[in-house]
Amino acid sequence: MIRLQNINKRYGAVQAVRGIDLHVAAGELFAFLGPNGAGKSTTIRMLTGLTRLGGGSAWLNGHDIRLKPLAAKRQCGLVPQQTNLDNELTVRENLDIHGRLFAMPTGERKARIQELLAFVDMAEREKSLVKTLSGGMKRRVMIARALMHRPPILFLDEPTVGLDAAIRRRIWAVLKRARQEGTTLFLTTHYIEEAEFLADRVAFLDQGQIVAMDTPEQLMARLGAWAIDQLGEDGLSTSYFASREEASAFSSLQGHELTLRRVNLEDVFLDLTGKKVR
Amino acid sequence: MHGFIAVYLREMLILKYRLKRQLAGMAVTPLLYLLTFGYAMGDLIRLDGQSYLEFLIPGLVAMSSMTQAFGIATDINVARFYWKIFEEFQAAPISNLAYVAGETMAGITRALMAIAVILLLSLLFGVSLHYGFWFWLAVLLNAAVFASLAVALAMLVKSHADQSLLTTFIITPMAFLGGTFFPLENLPGWVQAALSLLPLTHASHAIRAAALEQAKIAADYWLLAALAVIFFILALRCVGHARD
Repeated sequence: MIRLQNINKRYGAVQAVRGIDLHVAAGELFAFLGPNGAGKSTTIRMLTGLTRLGGGSAWLNGHDIRLKPLAAKRQCGLVPQQTNLDNELTVRENLDIHGRLFAMPTGERKARIQELLAFVDMAEREKSLVKTLSGGMKRRVMIARALMHRPPILFLDEPTVGLDAAIRRRIWAVLKRARQEGTTLFLTTHYIEEAEFLADRVAFLDQGQIVAMDTPEQLMARLGAWAIDQLGEDGLSTSYFASREEASAFSSLQGHELTLRRVNLEDVFLDLTGKKVR
Repeated sequence: MHGFIAVYLREMLILKYRLKRQLAGMAVTPLLYLLTFGYAMGDLIRLDGQSYLEFLIPGLVAMSSMTQAFGIATDINVARFYWKIFEEFQAAPISNLAYVAGETMAGITRALMAIAVILLLSLLFGVSLHYGFWFWLAVLLNAAVFASLAVALAMLVKSHADQSLLTTFIITPMAFLGGTFFPLENLPGWVQAALSLLPLTHASHAIRAAALEQAKIAADYWLLAALAVIFFILALRCVGHARD
């Protein structure tokens, strides 16, 4: 559904993306995980036509984004990082303009607006001006807008950044539902729990390159199942164990203050790059 | 065509919500000029047998159609730099032509509204001129010139502050020097030649000649039409530039 071959992007002296190869299957929920400046947003911006592809090739549902840009754009919906709804227009007008941009006929636009606002629990705010909505509501309207033209692929750039935990879970539910309906989702995030909860597959991005790519379970299994953080003279160090028993045996031998927990994707990233994701 | 309609409709919906403010804004500047130069000082000046008000009103039409059409640049910039709404158009399967045509048409619509406001105001001052085909053709061409220039420059600038500088250095001087407030015929030859390089000089001349039923110069119309086409093509080329 999404195929990238050695894609690159340079901004002046900064090489933002360096040679990414990737294949995302139809119906998959794929996450790019990495710190700010890793090249996550730049990749999405190139694939959705906001920025020119620096080098390499990319296909969306079989359409080459360089040779057939308009056909490729029809394959995808985009929820950008920054809220970009028209504040002065109503929710319905925002969705309607989007439907028109994608050449949807009038009747279909009307029906789809009703359907999507129910889908994101915003039916009662159809006629509200966007400027009267909360941040979480605006995010849900943006997801509805991106799904308006029934794209087979939905790109989301940090879809829950800046939102509180309860609203984040509500958005996760919407994304899971979209996936159940057959949409391929490609999202970027620097929230570990978001990638763990949502993604079928995760790619770790660091300095414009993929440093590891697998299912969250497989990535975490590289280190073990359990982790012990201990505060020593050199700061915080973490040890990994295959089973809770092994971890318990280790902790009984230590005199320092310890914390026992499950291994998470942050540990994997830290192990690979020596850096934290956030 | 769907892309053009979507872009144009969005601008019109925003205009609808801001209508009262926008109309008031369109009325303030011409009203001040009419009061100051036309009403208060007008009796002191007579030009070729006309009252100064009759001379001034076509100039105000030219000036307002320019500033209002060019004003679309500010809206595009706010949408691009602050609200990031331009990304919604970039990610949509529409051609650059649809985008530029939609925004240019929105600029022309604003210019026509501003002129309707001026013509209503001029009636209050007891002035009614000839608003026939050649008058409206000159107005449309002038609005098309500055609306497409606005779209092109809005794509080229890197920040909202740059946009303000363009208005200060291009639009404001032209508003005063482009044959709006005084006849250029009495100026020295080299000044006339310099000012004839400004598109607004030709727009003012064409609009005034039509409104006062004086002899029209075909070159004014051809020049405005040529500039409208050149700036429109420039705008088409600049949309791609805004992608990085």
